[in-house]
Amino acid sequence: MSYITKSPWIIHYDGSSCNGCDIEVLACLTPLYDLERFGIVNTGNPKHADVFLITGGINEQSRAVVKNTYEQMPDPKVVVAIGICAATGGVFRECYNIMGGVDKVIPVDVYVPGCAARPESIIDGVVSALGILEEKRAKMAEKGGKKQ
Amino acid sequence: MIEQKHTITEIAVTDLLKKTGECHEKGHRLVQIGCTPLGDCYEINYTFTTSWDFESLRITVNDGDKIPSISGIYWGAFIYENEIHDLFGLTVTDINVDFQGHLIETRIPSPFKNAPPVTKVKKGGDA
Amino acid sequence: MGNQIVVPFGPQHPVLPEPIHLDLVLEDERVVEAVPTIGYVHRGLEKLVEKRDYKDYVLIAERICGICSFTHSVTYCNAIERIMGIEVPARAQFIRTIWMEYSRMHSHLLWLGLTADAMGFENLFMNAWRLREEILDDMEATTGGRVIQGSCKVGGIRRDISDDKLGEMVDHLKKIRPLLEESNRIFTHDQTVRHRMRGLGVLSKEDAWDLGAVGPTARGSGCDMDVRSSGYSAYGELGFKPVVFTHGDCLDRCLVRSEEVLAAVDLVERAVAKMPDGPIEEKVKGNPDGEYFAFSEQPRGECMHYIKANGKKNIVRHRVRTPTLTNIPPLVKMLEGIEMADVPVVVLTIDPCIGCAER
Repeated sequence: MSYITKSPWIIHYDGSSCNGCDIEVLACLTPLYDLERFGIVNTGNPKHADVFLITGGINEQSRAVVKNTYEQMPDPKVVVAIGICAATGGVFRECYNIMGGVDKVIPVDVYVPGCAARPESIIDGVVSALGILEEKRAKMAEKGGKKQ
Repeated sequence: MIEQKHTITEIAVTDLLKKTGECHEKGHRLVQIGCTPLGDCYEINYTFTTSWDFESLRITVNDGDKIPSISGIYWGAFIYENEIHDLFGLTVTDINVDFQGHLIETRIPSPFKNAPPVTKVKKGGDA
Repeated sequence: MGNQIVVPFGPQHPVLPEPIHLDLVLEDERVVEAVPTIGYVHRGLEKLVEKRDYKDYVLIAERICGICSFTHSVTYCNAIERIMGIEVPARAQFIRTIWMEYSRMHSHLLWLGLTADAMGFENLFMNAWRLREEILDDMEATTGGRVIQGSCKVGGIRRDISDDKLGEMVDHLKKIRPLLEESNRIFTHDQTVRHRMRGLGVLSKEDAWDLGAVGPTARGSGCDMDVRSSGYSAYGELGFKPVVFTHGDCLDRCLVRSEEVLAAVDLVERAVAKMPDGPIEEKVKGNPDGEYFAFSEQPRGECMHYIKANGKKNIVRHRVRTPTLTNIPPLVKMLEGIEMADVPVVVLTIDPCIGCAER
């Protein structure tokens, strides 16, 4: 259990982004940037995932999906909001269908800036998220210890 | 730069199905159906083409008017007609695949008709 | 006859980088009917024209989609320039064309990779994306952005490419051309690819035309339609020939794209050889007044930007008809009668770009 940060699995969902950040998230997993060298695997199943990467602002239809995916993930979990749209809504913040950043729906741990976010900064964001994941795990272990 | 030609013909709503049928017989394909809100009325363009000379049929409708669906002639038209229904709140009758307003779900129903059009954000952002 | 059941597909699905939802009505393993639901990525950006200056709006038009980004901004600019009667300098037109072809290469390679991934051909996926990075390197070196470039403006372009750099780009393309050809050979000859895609999701030429299919989806079915033939931007001077295949199945749609990557390399080489000298932008004064339908060929097919303006700095209506939206009815037709396990591959072969489709 203590090695959760050695091989975290990620899940990716596109809130309502323009694809720019999505494609960069995928680019991170391919040979040039290769997130897998950190033991990171992209999964499609929220129940397997530790890190939730989310791109784009939240709209009416994606709100429920994002919330649902987040709730299905086991604890400890971290959320990384990728790109300016996921942080605040970005250039689309004034659109009628955009509610704002991801933090309107679920708690966010790391914000990655950029439009579109560069793969380097996405990797940086994911690696910082791993630190937070470890902290959360330690806290959980402590709580669990006290209960007993 | 060579330009694509475009002819726009204004027609009455009652002629729509007849004219569309003529286009279909001539072997045109449906390029798009697009709606433009003009304050008190709406302009709908039906664009057809065989090559790069485009032809548009234009109808003008008011709120509450019923627009006949052309999806009986062009099967694929349902996607545009549902879009017009969802975004502009216009009624299109007899669509072959009718989503009943669930193709595009928006926070504000028919956003191109109803105010507020755009969320106001103060200068410098809301942070 | 078996019982009919409805299986939801998406919006969060491992093979789909973007959310689209399909309700598949199945009879045993066979799809009887597919009902698409979109709207997961709907932002409503067409309405932003009321808020933004028509010149600033170029940047929003570009963000309709992060893959076809540059083509969207060019199409929007074309429409505005036509309304205002601005003659864009030849050099700007040529450089725009080069960047559009770079977008096409990176988009098609991206798609070839994703399709390989949907088939379970991981190695090919990684290979296609490795090649894509080479294309993006030049894109980034010349525009400053990998996927969102922000290099197009009303009246021309923001950045010039020096002649030295143009030469380097051609050299680089020459170097990766054999690699591209090799990856294409896998798509044409590999047994697993053929087995998975030949004869799957057939769309006849008549159906493709009648249902309004565009782009590689239509060209894979034998329809010779490519807006580049009409010669917008600099395409008229480059001797452009569309790539057309005739079977109308998944494999042919795939081959259209893999051939187009090489065709794009040729187009860039020809554009560089013919590159005129001169300014890269035309001064823009006043506001647009009028309407125009601008068409262009995006990686995914024919795209239309309709602009209606009334002489104010905010235009009245901006309507975008993107290729994915019009490819949805053909997709519904293709899905009828195929096996459930083939659905991801067939959905991918129209190259769905949901960000575009829903704006």
